[in-house]
Amino acid sequence: AKNKQTNKQTKNTSQKVFHSHVMVATNGSCCSSSSNAFGSSTVPSGSGTFENMHHLHRGDDAECSGSPAKRCRLRRRTESVRKHRPPFPWFGMDIGGTLVKLVYFEPVDITAEEEQEEVENLKSIRRYLTSNVAYGKTGVRDVHLELRNLTMCGRTGNLHFIRFPTQAMPRFIQMGRDKNFSSLHTTLCATGGGAYKFENEFRMMADLELLKLDELDCLIRGLLFVDRVGFNGHPECYYFQNPSDTQSCVKKPCTLDNPFPMLLVNIGSGVSILAVYSENNYKRVTGTSLGGGTFLGLCCLLTGCETFEEALEMASKGDSTNVDKLVKDIYGGDYERFGLQGSAVASSFGHMMSKEKRDSISKEDLARATLVTITNNIGSIARMCAVNEKIERVVFVGNFLRINTVSTKLLAYAMDYWSKGQLRALFLEHEGYFGAVGALMELLKTTEDP
Amino acid sequence: MAECGRVDSNTSHTMDKSITLPPDEIFRNLENAKRFAIDIGGSLTKLAYYSTVQHKVAKVRSFDHTAKAAAGDKLYEISMQEEVTARLHFIKFENAYIETCLDFIKDHLVNTETKVIKATGGGAHKFKELIERKLGLKVDKEDEMTCLIKGCNFVLKNIPHEAFVYAKHADSEFRFQTTNPDIFPYLLVNIGSGVSIVKVESEDKFERIGGSSIGGGTFWGLGALLTKTKRFDELLQLASKGQHASVDMLVKDIYGGSYGYLGLTGDLIASSFGKSATADKDFSKEDMAKSLLHMISNDIGQLACLYAKLHNLSRVYFGGFFIRGHPVTMHTITYSINFFTKGEVQALFLRHEGYLGTIGAFLKGAEEDNPNQYSWGENYAGSSGLMSVSPDMNPMQRARSGTFPFDMLEMDRLERQLVNLPLLQDPSSYIPDTVDLTEDALAREYWLYCFEEALDGVVKRAVASQPDMPEAALRAEKFRQKYRHKLQTLRQQPFAYGSLTVRSLLDTREHCLNEFNFPDPYSKIKQRENDIALKYYQKAVKSLDELSWEEKQFALVQGVLAGNVFDWGAKAVSDVLESDPEFGFEEAKRQLEERPWLVDSYDQWLERLKGPPHKCALFFVDNSGVDIILGVMPFVRELLSRGTEVVLASNSGPALNDVTNGELQILTERIAAMDPVIEAGLREDRLLLVQSGSSSPCLDLSRLDKVLAMVVRERQTDLVIIEGMGRAIHTNYYAMLSCESLKMAVIKNSWLADRLGGKLFSVVFKYEVPAGKPNKDCGAFSPS
Repeated sequence: AKNKQTNKQTKNTSQKVFHSHVMVATNGSCCSSSSNAFGSSTVPSGSGTFENMHHLHRGDDAECSGSPAKRCRLRRRTESVRKHRPPFPWFGMDIGGTLVKLVYFEPVDITAEEEQEEVENLKSIRRYLTSNVAYGKTGVRDVHLELRNLTMCGRTGNLHFIRFPTQAMPRFIQMGRDKNFSSLHTTLCATGGGAYKFENEFRMMADLELLKLDELDCLIRGLLFVDRVGFNGHPECYYFQNPSDTQSCVKKPCTLDNPFPMLLVNIGSGVSILAVYSENNYKRVTGTSLGGGTFLGLCCLLTGCETFEEALEMASKGDSTNVDKLVKDIYGGDYERFGLQGSAVASSFGHMMSKEKRDSISKEDLARATLVTITNNIGSIARMCAVNEKIERVVFVGNFLRINTVSTKLLAYAMDYWSKGQLRALFLEHEGYFGAVGALMELLKTTEDP
Repeated sequence: MAECGRVDSNTSHTMDKSITLPPDEIFRNLENAKRFAIDIGGSLTKLAYYSTVQHKVAKVRSFDHTAKAAAGDKLYEISMQEEVTARLHFIKFENAYIETCLDFIKDHLVNTETKVIKATGGGAHKFKELIERKLGLKVDKEDEMTCLIKGCNFVLKNIPHEAFVYAKHADSEFRFQTTNPDIFPYLLVNIGSGVSIVKVESEDKFERIGGSSIGGGTFWGLGALLTKTKRFDELLQLASKGQHASVDMLVKDIYGGSYGYLGLTGDLIASSFGKSATADKDFSKEDMAKSLLHMISNDIGQLACLYAKLHNLSRVYFGGFFIRGHPVTMHTITYSINFFTKGEVQALFLRHEGYLGTIGAFLKGAEEDNPNQYSWGENYAGSSGLMSVSPDMNPMQRARSGTFPFDMLEMDRLERQLVNLPLLQDPSSYIPDTVDLTEDALAREYWLYCFEEALDGVVKRAVASQPDMPEAALRAEKFRQKYRHKLQTLRQQPFAYGSLTVRSLLDTREHCLNEFNFPDPYSKIKQRENDIALKYYQKAVKSLDELSWEEKQFALVQGVLAGNVFDWGAKAVSDVLESDPEFGFEEAKRQLEERPWLVDSYDQWLERLKGPPHKCALFFVDNSGVDIILGVMPFVRELLSRGTEVVLASNSGPALNDVTNGELQILTERIAAMDPVIEAGLREDRLLLVQSGSSSPCLDLSRLDKVLAMVVRERQTDLVIIEGMGRAIHTNYYAMLSCESLKMAVIKNSWLADRLGGKLFSVVFKYEVPAGKPNKDCGAFSPS
């Protein structure tokens, strides 16, 4: 394959043509433009005309007398467009290689009239999602991440964060069909590779059209949005103070007041590294295939564990120095000629070249070594990119960092130590959800584009 | 990090004492060896030492012609003398044999004043006690990285075709790089158990700018855990059979296709081992090994590119046990580098990569001998070539030695320092050889066959050259075996000594002849030829002087070409000469192709001669006898008469029937005695005889005697004449010079003639003026 993973493709999200797919559109300004902060609701101008609608939805015209579901769909959409916002429910979805991230906006300002008008299956979706914290065997709502009393597109509500394995995608689509989701929307905003991979299945099985969005665009937009609105009154962002000292290393909240430029390191199954200069101006600097998927994959093979949580749990109890060969294992101490500390890892898994050591090693040690190896490597590549791009702020996101303080602290340490304090590692509370948030914002934005 | 200690305990240094080492094949010249160095790595030991080699050289000495009596007909006498030259020996073998090797060395080491042995490598401390006990030498540890860099600088400077690019699917897997005299700065990525990335700026200035803990040890350790396979080589073999896509999560697994927006193709790995996190199945050992190999190679390649970019370096060499000649890892690293730099940076590998540490350690120990002050040349006879240590790569090697696999590198100290011809248009892109036989299978087949065919004749002549030495036949037979073996090796591994060329085949033959003390098999033939030709000199000059100016110019060129037909190195001619010694100069002229020649710029040359004389001409001469005496000398005489200074560059040592500098000195003296023009040229220092520094029938303009280069510069040389098939066709046919050049040769090989679109005795007369350089005589006509 002659591809260009490192291709520094500077691009401008605003110039992109995804909107040509959008079925829901209106003229004039809307609740928010991308430069305005969300939450400041704009008074609807009411200038949307049906002419436009006819033009845009020619395909539906003939169906006005069609099925009840479709009639209902059109009516609701028309109403919503009149108010310059998409009809409920509001979802943003990010279908990654390992995990599907779903954000759901639950309106809490529903008027009695609205409640009455609300169709039954919309109600049931809302109740199902908000009254449970687990869905099926593998779906989880991260309750602790919920953003409460958020104003989006003139509406107030709570933003819920839900994840489930990508493997469960067929069942999710099935559920969409069972709940007759297509009666509510024709368009579901989705990003991540799965938006492309599962597009046909959504269409065929659930009669749903996906609005496919670029994952990096969504990531940046979602990240900047969540950072702006904050985490229920607290900063979304944090860093580690004294990263080089395990005793006094503490997590400190901070804000990304002036976030640009930043090096954004997104650690999902694989890793993408972006240099971000503004909301719409960024480039993908490089990526690596050694990411969260590698950690979990290797852990599964080496220890027989099955979940990320299990792998992390084991790693937290292990000691990687039983697995890795350190500088001092080779040189007896520091390698002074090159300023390498004796405690630095010289060879990841280097001790495992010895049969005796392989026979005596614990699963916990192996899990820890895998975690440390992958984390250090990401840190090392990120640091090099930061130096090459002359960016001092390195923001790490992605679900690999979920409940993973070993890695966050290690990254903070690595950035600080190897750059002699020049670089600072920053982390965000909603680690892996920014893509989904970005997708949701695109849904809300679709109504504002002329 | 550098190479780690071997950890498999089952390969401890116990071994079968019954193995006898053949002293003429391994650890040669131990009798007077000194300055030992050893590099003990994870699995291989590399030993280095310095020895002096006594071998025969042919010397010529002029008879005293005032006392004519004893001289008889002969112009000069040939004597065989003993000469001592310095040689570096490097031997590589598996750690398992270290004790046997040490015993062997102990038994054969005599007369040495050596007290210490320099040591480097991760295993050095492990074997310290053993070495000190066995050899009675004190082990003196040297820093590994310093040794590595020293060794790297040394091979890059002294071995042409040291570095190569690996291309798995190309016609020739190995593409050797041209020798760039300017080797700095470069990046060395050493992949041992971990990875060290070192920036080298000069001989003594280098810096470890980065590294990674994910290296060969990770592949080995993690691979052993995943596949329960113990050995590194076995892991690589597993990997070469596996399919990584069953273990890795590819872009298409996530996207269903490519991620077109970013130009990421579907087959790109999105997450290494990503499928093993979700798929509930067993993975094959091969697939896991392959995935691991990709993961590690890509990661190293990526880091190397980031560092290369940060430090703005484009030359990146890879070494360490992870690489060490393994096609599998060279391929994945090359792929990764191409991918991450989009082809801007090429991954370079080194032919003698495994020896760098020991070479460096040796150099540290030999600092008082100043080895870096000399030029060194790889001895093809004593070196086993690329890859022969890998048993599965070259089973022949193991079978032949009957002991255990080992690999050797021998380097001879050259008597003079070699430098570029200052007149090369672009030294960095100069390639001496016209055809790279590693890339041209047809040509390779022909020439290998041709050299094999000619072997009987060479053996015969070698024996005949030493009639008073009864054991010559035995030695010649050994020579035959050695050279035939080299040819067989090259048939299987054309890249064993770098690019395979007609020149390297010829040079290898010379090295093998020297090895068995046949320093100059043609000495007597050359002597006889010279004697005959000299007698004809005055007559030839006289008949030339009777011609009109224009006729004379043509006759001179024709003379050089006809003289060049007399060449014992080319089979077609040697047959004629041997059967008919009366084959004359005039006969040769008749054999020549009529004009227009195959390559014919004679008219331009003639026009040029009508202009002002050249300041100084450098003439690379070819054969003895008729060629030099009746062809070249009259031509030189004419140049001198025109007012052009002439530098005659001849070989320093013998090669075929080429005239050596020693012979040329005597010949020129004799001619000067008959010819006032030559006499005046010598006396007024307008005719200089300088040695080229070479002992090859071909010519590498990037490795010439420093003195010659100096003379060329001082005399403001503005014309270079290269004569003969070896120097002007096999090599330098496409060489671009910064001054006027004239390449003259007769094609005396029907296959080559056919290749070039001509026939036997076709003529190449190639006169070139560098582009953008106004011809001087044109300048004379330009308006003022």
